[in-house]
Amino acid sequence: MSERKRGWKTLPKGAVPYKSSKDYQTGDWGVAKPIIDRTRCSKCTLCHFFCPEGAITVRVDGYTEVNYDYCKGCGVCANECPVKCIKMEMKK
Amino acid sequence: MSEITLKEMSRKPDALICGGRLCAGCDETIVVRQVMKATRGPTIVTSATGCLEVSTSIFPYTSWEVPWMHCAFENVAALASGIEATIKAMHKKKEGPLAKYPTVDVISFAGDGGTYDIGLQALSGAIERGHDFTYVLIDNEAYMNTGIQRSGGTPFGASTTTSPAGKVILGKTETKKPIDEIIIAHGTPYVATINTAWPLDVMKKARKAIEVDGPTFLHSLAPCSRGWRFPPEKTVEIGRLATQTCVFPLFECRQEKGKPVYELSAPSLAIAKRPENKKPIEAYLEQQGRYRHFFRPARKEALLKELQESIDTRWQILCEKAGV
Repeated sequence: MSERKRGWKTLPKGAVPYKSSKDYQTGDWGVAKPIIDRTRCSKCTLCHFFCPEGAITVRVDGYTEVNYDYCKGCGVCANECPVKCIKMEMKK
Repeated sequence: MSEITLKEMSRKPDALICGGRLCAGCDETIVVRQVMKATRGPTIVTSATGCLEVSTSIFPYTSWEVPWMHCAFENVAALASGIEATIKAMHKKKEGPLAKYPTVDVISFAGDGGTYDIGLQALSGAIERGHDFTYVLIDNEAYMNTGIQRSGGTPFGASTTTSPAGKVILGKTETKKPIDEIIIAHGTPYVATINTAWPLDVMKKARKAIEVDGPTFLHSLAPCSRGWRFPPEKTVEIGRLATQTCVFPLFECRQEKGKPVYELSAPSLAIAKRPENKKPIEAYLEQQGRYRHFFRPARKEALLKELQESIDTRWQILCEKAGV
């Protein structure tokens, strides 16, 4: 946020956003973070579809992985996991 | 074009990426992510004013990985019509930047305010003109973005900031607009209701809607933790309960020889075949703070019974239409 903001001469016309929201990390919003227990995970990938943030991605080996830079800690994944292998842990 | 399976779709990159500023546990992004998984290739998205627009495109950031355009509250369908007409013209003349793509999907996302109340005439016009686009209604049953004001989509009895439950009224005194019936009455080729609790069903319906030539309409329920007053982790659970209690039944409607043909989707068909699996309305209402006045300080039996009866009647009518 510290860099100088672009003025009207250099901004694109028509209010077109020029930055990806990946530069804006929302990971510090939540008070809890999900921990996946891979020993019990059945690789159903439902948490990937239910994640409101798109912060849960599927790895090459089929397991899912949480990107804590963006996870807002809502807990939908832990609530919906069919085998209950995701646990919400309070951040320290 | 990939086949719709959970495994196949989980590998497809999201069209809406991380870093948006919607509330934790918002269902709108779940709807968008699941619907956008079903696109066939190049896609142009238009979006009406609402939570989705204000939080995914805060200048200078954007969360969209596809061409995306915002317009005023009332004209999202008109904007989509214009884009679709442009694509058609480019294909016909075989020139222009979009002429090289055999198919370009046009998808509109709008909230219930932008569909039930403000955007209805643009939507009605676009459907009447027969533009080939998919309209996705993300129905969170009030104007959540501006502070939970009632809309045409707010159900009977729900407490909002402009229909507060108290001594004079018990939440909204009017019933919800039957938007699906209004759209089906236009002769829309494909209308379906979707619920994010069943991702495969959502993606299959979205793919069908995109493939159909002509205007299509998807109605999704989007539980809102702020406006409906429940903890954010319950978002999908409450959505699932809405279908299990038949408040929001899942169905598809196609047009065959000018006649609407209804078909119940698997989660609702299971309830129609085994009525004992239908949950009572309390299961859905008790979880939400916007219906708190139904249970506290005293349980309002008469009101609950009235509500249950109206839900049963609507469910009965739908079952009859679907021939179950």
